[in-house]
Amino acid sequence: MWPVIVVITGIVVIWYGSAVMLNKPFQHDMYKRANVENVSFSQLLGDTLNQERPVLPAPHQVYQELYKTTVEKKITSKRSLIYHSWITLSTALSGFVMGTLLGILLAVGIIHNRALDKSLMPWIIASQTIPILAIAPMIIVVLNAIGIQGLLPKAFISTYLSFFPVAVGMVKGLRSPETSHLDLMRTYNASAWQTFWKLRLPASLPFLFTSMKVAVAIAMVGAIVGELPTGAVAGLGARLLAGSYYGQTIQIWSALVMASVLAACLVGLVSLGNRWVLARMGASA
Amino acid sequence: MTRVLAAISGAGGLIALLLAAAQDSTGPLAVRAFGLLVVLAAMLWLVRPVELSKWPSTVVAGGLSTVGAVLLLSQLDSITPAAGFWGATVAAWALAWLFVERLASIESRRQLIAWSLRLLIPLLFGVWLLVIWELCTRGLGVPQVLLPSPSAIGARMVSSTATLWADFKQTFLHAVLIGYALGCGSGFLIALLIDRSPFLQRGLLPIGNLVSALPIVGVAPIMVMWFGFDWQSKAAVVVVMTFFPMLVNTVAGLAASGAMQRDLMQTYAAGYWQTLFKLRLPEALPFIFNALKINSTLALIGAIVAEFFGTPIVGMGFRISTEVGRMNVDMVWAEIAMAAVAGSLFYGIVTLVERMFTFWHPSIRN
Amino acid sequence: MGEADSPSVASVIEARNLSLTFETGDGPVHALSDIDLSIGAGDFVSLIGPSGCGKTTLLRVIADLETPSDGSITVNGVTAEQARLARAYGYVFQAAALYPWRTIARNVALPLEVMGLPARERRERIARNLELVNLQGFEKKYPWQLSGGMQQRASIARALAVEPDLLLMDEPFGALDEIVRDHLNEQLLQLWDKTGKTVVFVTHSIPEAVYLSTRIVVMSPRPGRIHEVIDSTLPRERTLDIRETPEFLDIAHRVREGLRLGHSYDD
Repeated sequence: MWPVIVVITGIVVIWYGSAVMLNKPFQHDMYKRANVENVSFSQLLGDTLNQERPVLPAPHQVYQELYKTTVEKKITSKRSLIYHSWITLSTALSGFVMGTLLGILLAVGIIHNRALDKSLMPWIIASQTIPILAIAPMIIVVLNAIGIQGLLPKAFISTYLSFFPVAVGMVKGLRSPETSHLDLMRTYNASAWQTFWKLRLPASLPFLFTSMKVAVAIAMVGAIVGELPTGAVAGLGARLLAGSYYGQTIQIWSALVMASVLAACLVGLVSLGNRWVLARMGASA
Repeated sequence: MTRVLAAISGAGGLIALLLAAAQDSTGPLAVRAFGLLVVLAAMLWLVRPVELSKWPSTVVAGGLSTVGAVLLLSQLDSITPAAGFWGATVAAWALAWLFVERLASIESRRQLIAWSLRLLIPLLFGVWLLVIWELCTRGLGVPQVLLPSPSAIGARMVSSTATLWADFKQTFLHAVLIGYALGCGSGFLIALLIDRSPFLQRGLLPIGNLVSALPIVGVAPIMVMWFGFDWQSKAAVVVVMTFFPMLVNTVAGLAASGAMQRDLMQTYAAGYWQTLFKLRLPEALPFIFNALKINSTLALIGAIVAEFFGTPIVGMGFRISTEVGRMNVDMVWAEIAMAAVAGSLFYGIVTLVERMFTFWHPSIRN
Repeated sequence: MGEADSPSVASVIEARNLSLTFETGDGPVHALSDIDLSIGAGDFVSLIGPSGCGKTTLLRVIADLETPSDGSITVNGVTAEQARLARAYGYVFQAAALYPWRTIARNVALPLEVMGLPARERRERIARNLELVNLQGFEKKYPWQLSGGMQQRASIARALAVEPDLLLMDEPFGALDEIVRDHLNEQLLQLWDKTGKTVVFVTHSIPEAVYLSTRIVVMSPRPGRIHEVIDSTLPRERTLDIRETPEFLDIAHRVREGLRLGHSYDD
């Protein structure tokens, strides 16, 4: 625990140092324009850390912004960060669920059919080399054109991103039982279905959860990027875009911090689920 | 499975044989002939008047499906597709799947055959995806705005090579490659430094793991503000995105060598650097290549997304978002195709290099 | 450096009151307690005992892979650490521990590279030592292309390549099947006879210990200590047939008795 605390403290110190360094030139310009001379160092320090649109906002500025936009605003307000977070979170979650189901389905197909394995697996891998995030605007515009709007187009992007780790992980997991275990099922003359439920699926669960952690994190990325092309209406991605239009650095950073917190929480939730399921299965963990 | 596919193709062939009539105007005869052949072939599999051995049936399925694909594609211009046409399409598709099924079941000991099969099967799958795509978009008259046909995309690629090349240079050669090299390189070097200090390892690793799971693309607007609109800001995003996966993987890889291996080096009284170069780095290579592979896709994503936040009027991400606005969807698809090819090649090259360097690893040996 | 310094006592290893205690969550574990042992040049000494008796730990102390908490140990008249830094011994582990990314020849070259020997010297030593273990012709193969027995032979060649006078072997044939093991035992004995090296050999197999050794050190667990040292009366030249002789069976019986007594002490 201590090393982590020390490193975090170090990061905060470096952050403050960089904030002063990066914001100083602009502050000097301000002083020159206002014809203020002989500014004391402490005043310079205070001013650089409290600019309205700093190059690099100081941690406390981000914290104040976060406090202002979460606790002090009504949840229904368009300026509430909780409102925007909810939009992104619901997109990410629905995309994640669809992606996970799709991934599991593909994996089941692949391990039970040789032709699918040989023909599909290379394309699943290739599918991820296509920068789906680049296609995001088109998917959203095209789906809008045929009348699909709102959450779903964005969720599809999350789905596309999150199905991949699940599919790959599940193929590995469903194939993880040892030959002796599979042979045992054969001595019982178990059907493919029984082997699947009684052996392959339980064996694959650790793999499933590991890939779900990756999938939920990347679903979050998909949801954020999916919000960019819709013209910055709502969501954390929209906050990022709006912030960058108007040079609101503090807004960008607070959206970024919020997105990170959400992503960390989602990954944490999956880990908890992992522990719960493994504990129920009697694994010592 | 074989019988199901044979039945499907037989049914499709029957439809083609019986219904390829007046509506299909000019080419019904060819479609009918194809339908007849398919029905006969399907009988071979279903009724089995003569027992076909493996090879002839594979060849029949492959040959017939190819003939069907060529025939149907050539008919697209001259006819308005109706029932007979779609019946033939289904028949050809089912035969193609049958062909793939057959190929997949071939176990060859000869390396050359095994290798070409491993290439051929996914390739066939890809080609058939394109064929179906072409047949559906043009046969059903899907509007260009929704989904252009592969041939239209191809034509667009040929006619705008100059633009595509400029975008490729801006986004891939500058932002992606430079950012990738810097991000992976610095992640690796920092990992080597951290490795010498257990304290830093315990402090930085959990944070690195956490950061790897965060939506780092979000730093794109910040980088654009700091480094301007040109490729430098995109490269900076790529650096930040690729840094942490490399850091975490390298540190894990350096810790991967077994206790016995390290004892062995100790019995030789080997120094830190000798142990590092002769034991720990080779042992870490699979981890490092894992990061290189993850990063190859992350880098492309990062560079393109960063272009949404402002760019000079060139670049793949820029082109995609502006052409979408103008409803020039074929140009968008041309960019996507280029991005896909570039991304796949990038990934493929990293994989090849990985095979060269980690040929000894169990995951590659088999 | 102690009394063992006199050249007349050709003692390679001298342990005096050696103790080693590991601190664990469940309290201290006495891995070694009051070990007194001296091993002369040219001896083939086996350390035998049930698991937990500290035989591997003792070997690791000799190799300076563990530091004793009490007592003294000298190897070739210097401390274990100085001996390690002087590359005074070759160590063979339970597993072959060959590097999968190096060919057999380059695996044998590994310690030589660490020692900084010139390329020509390296080539000579690789050829010489691979021949000693009958592995000539396999230089360009990778370890994973070889059987378990061949891998272990390659790892012995790697230990020999250092050309030490002392060979430390930690259950080197434990993971092999009995037929391969017999064969390798025979080869090891020939090798020892040919080179006149001192060998310290950890095993839990009684026939293996009796067949190979000039002296057998019987150890007992909790705390790990030496129960008995049995000097073999067998001739230096031995074939596998010797295992049927009454003399062999007699020594084996004494070892077994020693193991049993050492064990029952604990109950």
